[in-house]
Amino acid sequence: MNWHRYASPANFKRLSDRLMPWTAGGAAVFLAIGVWTGLFASPADYQQGETVRIMYVHVPAAWMSMFVYANLAVAGAAALVWRHPLAEVAGRAIAPVGAAFTFLCLVTGSLWGKPMWGTWWVWDARLTSVLILFFVYLAYMALNSAFDEPERGARASAVLALVGAINLPIIKFSVDWWNTLHQPASITRLDAPAVDPSMLVPLFAMAVGFTFFFLAVALVRIRAELLERRLEALRHARVAGSTIVERA
Amino acid sequence: MNAALALVVRDLRLALRTPAETLTILAFFVIAATLFAFGIGPEPQALARVATGIVWVVALLACLISLDRLFQSEADDGSLDQLVLAPASLELLVLAKCLAQWLTTALPLIVVSPIVATMLQLPAQGYATLLLTLLLGTPSLSLFGAIGAALSVGARKGGALLALIVLPLYIPVLIFAVAAVEAQIAGLSPRPHLFLLAGFGVFALTITPFAAAAALRQASE
Repeated sequence: MNWHRYASPANFKRLSDRLMPWTAGGAAVFLAIGVWTGLFASPADYQQGETVRIMYVHVPAAWMSMFVYANLAVAGAAALVWRHPLAEVAGRAIAPVGAAFTFLCLVTGSLWGKPMWGTWWVWDARLTSVLILFFVYLAYMALNSAFDEPERGARASAVLALVGAINLPIIKFSVDWWNTLHQPASITRLDAPAVDPSMLVPLFAMAVGFTFFFLAVALVRIRAELLERRLEALRHARVAGSTIVERA
Repeated sequence: MNAALALVVRDLRLALRTPAETLTILAFFVIAATLFAFGIGPEPQALARVATGIVWVVALLACLISLDRLFQSEADDGSLDQLVLAPASLELLVLAKCLAQWLTTALPLIVVSPIVATMLQLPAQGYATLLLTLLLGTPSLSLFGAIGAALSVGARKGGALLALIVLPLYIPVLIFAVAAVEAQIAGLSPRPHLFLLAGFGVFALTITPFAAAAALRQASE
């Protein structure tokens, strides 16, 4: 498959026009199912009570925070190796979305931790590594916009995205390597999930909904970014044009 | 290899001719550590409990403030382009810069750190391990710092940006170093933490030359 076809903004616009109804529709449908089953059609946990419903936002947000970062790292590699212009734009466009998911994960975890663990925050390995992920997102965004030439910011932040990718396995395995307060994986294990099916339905509906939501938002943001660049180019052309006229 | 050696010698000579820079960072190290003594209060028990953490955090910040000149001065006077264009491998030159930075910044900090630790009432059995963690950990600080310094060459908001990039990468070093000293003071073996610290250093040594060199190539484009 020739990915460079989608490097052209016009081609990308056609592709995103075709994908947009599916991603936005998928987000709406799955989020609706997830919210309904999560809030009304699933039982309260025998230990956690009603607070278990926070997990239907917290766990998918945590997955998304890592999924978006993986996308960011792949986009960074594509920007560095193939100098793919769309990858540069995509990295810039999805980083704030990933940071927002990470923030949502931290906030919901904190809200859940207060009644369950009795504290808003503990310096547990999982919490700390997710906090570092949030900082890396912030650094990525700051570095991306720190230069006068956007290309330089895009390449520099791409290198940072790749270096920061070391954090992903640390987050994933932190609950196994350091036996601290955060519970170990209960879904992605080799044997059957340790969660009841009635709770898995809202969890997966929310996770799929979050993924579609991310894709839809990413498409919108990439298009906006491309339009912004075009606007900038037109503005430059106009300024250049006017100086030529003045000289003549 | 000769070029890398020449670069180390050049940086050391520059540092010797302007000792004020190294001395300023050392002064920062001591003053910032003193601030904690005032902030926490003079009780020996309270200080002893946090001494390791303070020495390490302040050493880390001292390394951080020395970083923003690491490649920026080269970029300003144009010698960065010469380094990138030089026939020697840029990855090796990056390591040379890191070595020079470590020798001129981290090593003086390590030498002074027992004095600061004494001021902060570090328990006697912690000194050897503290020095060992500093020796094992500060190379990682220099190496990861070089990545951040190379990425932020020519950036509009240098200092704060550098801190934002580098500090998340410094956190593991800080965690394992402090854990090693705390284990030693508590009478446990610091070896697992020291091994992790050393392993992290090997990781930093592996990725830094490539990441920093890639960043420098873009900076001089």
